[in-house]
Amino acid sequence: MATTTSAPARPERRRRLRRLTRADKIVLAVFIGVPTFLHVFLIWVPTVGSVVLSFSSWDGISPLDQLEWVASQNYEQIFTIYPDFWPAVRNNVIWLVFFLIVPTTIALLLAYLLDKNLTGTRFYQSAIFVPVVLSAALVGFIWELIYKDETGLLNNVIRSTVNSDFHRQWLAESGNLYAVLIAASWRHIGYVMILFLAGLKSVDPAQREAAALDGANEWQIFRHVIFPALAPVNVVVLVVTVIESLRAFDIVFVINKGRNGLELVSVLIYDNVVGEASRIGYGSALAVILLIITMIAVLPYLYRTFREELPQ
Amino acid sequence: MSALGSTEVDQLVHPHPPPSRPVRARRWPVVLAYVVLIGATAGVLAPILWAVYTSLRPISDTLENGYFSLPSGGLTLDNYTTAWERADLGRYFVNTMVIVLPAVFVVLLLSSFIAYAVSRFSFRFNLAVLLLFTAGNLLPQQVVITPLYLMYSKLLWLPFALSEDGYWINSQTGLVMIHIAFQMGFCTFVMSSYMKTIPGELTEAALVDGASVLRQFFSVILPLCRAPLAALATLEFTWIYNDFFWALVLMIGNPADQPITTALNSLTGTYFTNDNLVAAGSVLTALPTILVFIILQKQFVGGLTLGANKG
Repeated sequence: MATTTSAPARPERRRRLRRLTRADKIVLAVFIGVPTFLHVFLIWVPTVGSVVLSFSSWDGISPLDQLEWVASQNYEQIFTIYPDFWPAVRNNVIWLVFFLIVPTTIALLLAYLLDKNLTGTRFYQSAIFVPVVLSAALVGFIWELIYKDETGLLNNVIRSTVNSDFHRQWLAESGNLYAVLIAASWRHIGYVMILFLAGLKSVDPAQREAAALDGANEWQIFRHVIFPALAPVNVVVLVVTVIESLRAFDIVFVINKGRNGLELVSVLIYDNVVGEASRIGYGSALAVILLIITMIAVLPYLYRTFREELPQ
Repeated sequence: MSALGSTEVDQLVHPHPPPSRPVRARRWPVVLAYVVLIGATAGVLAPILWAVYTSLRPISDTLENGYFSLPSGGLTLDNYTTAWERADLGRYFVNTMVIVLPAVFVVLLLSSFIAYAVSRFSFRFNLAVLLLFTAGNLLPQQVVITPLYLMYSKLLWLPFALSEDGYWINSQTGLVMIHIAFQMGFCTFVMSSYMKTIPGELTEAALVDGASVLRQFFSVILPLCRAPLAALATLEFTWIYNDFFWALVLMIGNPADQPITTALNSLTGTYFTNDNLVAAGSVLTALPTILVFIILQKQFVGGLTLGANKG
């Protein structure tokens, strides 16, 4: 990316604090304190709470003194006898791999083509981006209109072109996860495309021209000049894609409440919080598992992002 | 690297002119590029256009001819009026605005506060604070929901005037609070990256003139942050408007006060008994964010890349 250094060195920073009046210090304390308190209280306290409660057994309704500490029993049961767990993990993995390959590749291709500034580029770019501004829940509704057997667009197109007897419940039969993944990719492509496009804009045109003059073909230029220059964006895309895959919930919930082949870890957590049988310990243990997977992806990114600011 | 400046955001939307084309550009790749781009555009727009088309067809027409047919007897807005009246959609749009507008305003204000404090002044815990916020933004909502639900329903008290149960659960206030807390991570990250690029001399001059920290913030820094604030306002409006999960869990016992995105789920099936009405309800729900995107596209795209370009 363009490497503008963010700010001039400020050797006087340390001293500046001492020039602040008492009122200034109070203002700064409020500026930091209020948002930090709110964020910690509503995000990090519950995160730690999930870890603590994951070692307990409680229905969440009866008085708190009925809460029992059960050590690692929730985890053991989740890994061994909880029937939906492994299918959900499998689906999350499929979701992640699919998202990393399909929408990302398409988005990179589209960004690359948009970067050529052909006639109408702004229109294509805006149109392809539109699904990003829709909620994932809405994506579910819109695609149900496509996937339904009798009334849906897809089967009707197939019936009127290829096979007039064609019937398939795309969202209910096995393989429905892939039907959902196509709908979810529809939204994800635009997002990733914009990120790639921003990255491509920062590739030095002189380098491309130099490579072209040296006789490199388009693929070689992409492979050896453009793609390496996209490295910082690739990291962002990777993190965004992993997070989106782990967070996925709305679209499967709207379609069938995340059942029958659409189980995801996020849905199991929901089921254990407010589902028929509220099992706080289970829900929390599942949340911790999700947290650990998330952190594996997020921590290297955070380290990378804040590396330069770390004290030496 | 730092966040994109406004000129770079500009460039993103109005890209730099291509380098002079080599004479006789190879024609094949260009044709292929057009085919792919136009095909992708058509493919992406098709589901939306299909929903719009379905929503405009009278139910009698689709009953008789099926959905995959040309309109006989014209198109109509009847499904929209039916959907609106039957499901009382106006109510849910009001709910949405009551939740989204205060949430966006407060989240921008608080994020600017903390971004200002950590980017313009040096404290021991600056980096820790920034890390905390950035990491918090990357957590899946489901990681915090179990304890949050318990806190909301058993611990966090709220005057009955603002809530039916006397707690944050099932109240719009509680929903606004979690949006603020959760979205603050992203906004703080973007705002602090941007504020770091404002030259130190600017505020130092104000300091020499005897301006207090508060005045510096409101009359020097904030006016310079119009670009990222506009971008974030656009993005946050869309994201909070689109929230489904928080409202689903935290307003579970109070459907009447739910925002439209979540309410649509229970309205479908109850009031929207055919595809035409589902389509009309979906298009109505999509309209605000699509309009915002069309009008403020530059802000939207700029904001996304602002947030993503650090690294």
